[in-house]
Amino acid sequence: MNLGFSLKRFGAVLYKEFIQMRRDRITFGMMIGLPIIQLFLFGFAINADPRNLPTLVEMGDNGPLSRAVIAGMQNSSYFAFKGAVSGIGEGEEALRRGEANFVVVIPEDFERDVVRGNKPEILVAADASDPSATGGAVAALSGIVNVAIGETLTGPLAQQAGSAPFSMVVHREYNPEGKTSTNIVPGLLAIILSMTMVMITAVAIVKETERGTMEMLIATPVKPLEVMLGKILPYVFVGYVQTAVFLAAASLVFGVPFEGSVWAFFLGFNLFIVVNLALGFLISTAAKSQMQAMQLSFFTILPSILLSGFMFPFAGMPGWAQFIGQAVPATHFLRVVRKVMLKGGEVADVTGELWALVAILLVISGIAMLRYRQTLD
Amino acid sequence: MSEPLVIDVHGLTKNFGPKRVVDHFDIQVPKGAIYGFLGPNGSGKTTTIRMLCGLLTPDEGEGTCLGFDVRKQAEQIKEQVGYMTQKFSYYEDLSIRENLDFVARMYRLDRRKQRVDHALADLGLADRQKQLAGSLSGGWKQRLALAACLLHEPKLLLLDEPTAGVDPKARRDFWDEIRRLSAMGVTVLVSTHYMDEAVQCDFITYIAYGKKLIDGPSSKIPEMVGLETWRVEGPDLARLEDRLLKEPGVVQVARFGTVLHVSGTDKAALEATVERLKAEGTHRWSLQVAGLEEAFIYLMTGARDNFAGDSDDAGKPGQVAA
Repeated sequence: MNLGFSLKRFGAVLYKEFIQMRRDRITFGMMIGLPIIQLFLFGFAINADPRNLPTLVEMGDNGPLSRAVIAGMQNSSYFAFKGAVSGIGEGEEALRRGEANFVVVIPEDFERDVVRGNKPEILVAADASDPSATGGAVAALSGIVNVAIGETLTGPLAQQAGSAPFSMVVHREYNPEGKTSTNIVPGLLAIILSMTMVMITAVAIVKETERGTMEMLIATPVKPLEVMLGKILPYVFVGYVQTAVFLAAASLVFGVPFEGSVWAFFLGFNLFIVVNLALGFLISTAAKSQMQAMQLSFFTILPSILLSGFMFPFAGMPGWAQFIGQAVPATHFLRVVRKVMLKGGEVADVTGELWALVAILLVISGIAMLRYRQTLD
Repeated sequence: MSEPLVIDVHGLTKNFGPKRVVDHFDIQVPKGAIYGFLGPNGSGKTTTIRMLCGLLTPDEGEGTCLGFDVRKQAEQIKEQVGYMTQKFSYYEDLSIRENLDFVARMYRLDRRKQRVDHALADLGLADRQKQLAGSLSGGWKQRLALAACLLHEPKLLLLDEPTAGVDPKARRDFWDEIRRLSAMGVTVLVSTHYMDEAVQCDFITYIAYGKKLIDGPSSKIPEMVGLETWRVEGPDLARLEDRLLKEPGVVQVARFGTVLHVSGTDKAALEATVERLKAEGTHRWSLQVAGLEEAFIYLMTGARDNFAGDSDDAGKPGQVAA
């Protein structure tokens, strides 16, 4: 009798495992397909040194030197000039709405002051609520401008070029110290809520089918809607508790401000919870076991972290990746949270994001309801 | 049958994708009857039961259950039917009491506490009511499930293999309870694989490949199956049994203590075999009326498993009945 390791037995276990792996289509797909998709998606989409950041300009002076500065910034590829604003008020508004990352203000009589040696100031207002998005561009700014000056100030003005004829003043708006925690902490709420809400809902519903209790439930006169609402509402409550704990910690531990409208936050947050629950519900219609539900939920979380603008600047992603990012609920909630908490946003400032969440909700719950009907019979 | 029919359905058909699971199934169940539902695994018993209580909508066919249309009035049917699933389907992470209480709420029962207390007392679980259902043994889980589906005092009980994995004593108790309910006017449709349970039913229907092959009062079943049975006594029955199974005309040999019951459907062939063996003079042979036991063993073993594709084997009882 051989009591040692048996290759045959080992082989049999190995073979059995492969058969089971192949039968479990969803898990198999997740093991092979999703990593590849995600590798390509995130590998190409994520850019920690984003370029082409939307920039607005207020041209108080239209001379060759002013134009050289603007052209130099544009050529650096960090800044993409999207248009002009009249007055810094309009510029601030655009920053708050997230339409631009920078507003450049060239003062009146800029060129004359340079020639006279008055050393005028060019103001660059940067949206520092996401320091990783604007940091690279701000750092590159002085180099860009020096090159532009060197090319323009020739002849008798060449001596001015040597001794900094004007200065660039950078205003970091919303997060003056450029603290990463100020940016990351509000974003974390979006991630924490997606993670728990989607996963918990999916698992809670699948558990009922997996254990066979769903059959008992639907044999009673209870209506499907009663079951769904009854199962989902406790998790809405969990979401409220998480958010309350989170807000308290953000304020007390990390010193993150809450500048904007509570109402705007409340609307966005409720909508986001509902979207996540719908997503969890959708996953539960596809998953056959709690394990599959966990895995599927996990894969919806990665885009929420990587493509939403949470970890890497949204503006730095290529167009197609931004397009996909727009379909991720966390993208919009993240914007709501940052706008409201850091930029003092009101309901009017976040209507675009709220509507986007409504649209995503309609699509997800539409698909989920269609699938749910199929699973009843 | 002058009794009103509790279940009266015709032509029930259900497809899952391309596979026809139940094929034009008819059944008429009189009030207060215990109707046994027999058939191999995968023959469509569970699907039929699910259609009867409104969990599945039939693709074809129509009829009534408790006077309600099985297609359109699933809600009303659910109110008055107690359905016990094959697998334990209550919450293992809730206590016994919490489970019963939850079910009572699902049916919006009045006097909830009283009913639950009563059910707990009946079960003999009053002192263990706070124990989690998941920690109960198979027999106790089954009793809890029965108590839970009786809470709303249903007029019809649909039991899907209720005693699978339950010890014989618990099974006997369970059937005592079923008979008591039947005597009180509750109609019971029960699917089973056990012969000793099938014997307790008033009526039997046998289903294979989604088709009904036999249906009638238990007492008529042996005649419908059409078996002829010989009784053999003598020495070394085990060897004789092996030998008999190879002889022409012998379909089944069942051992009852110190005798063998040798059955076949081809009367002439069986008789020829028996005459030949009788001549050897080693055993005593006598012709006997085929009983329910032989008929059931024949039905149960004739069709093994409908998931397999070998229809010739499973079709046997059908050919017999026709």
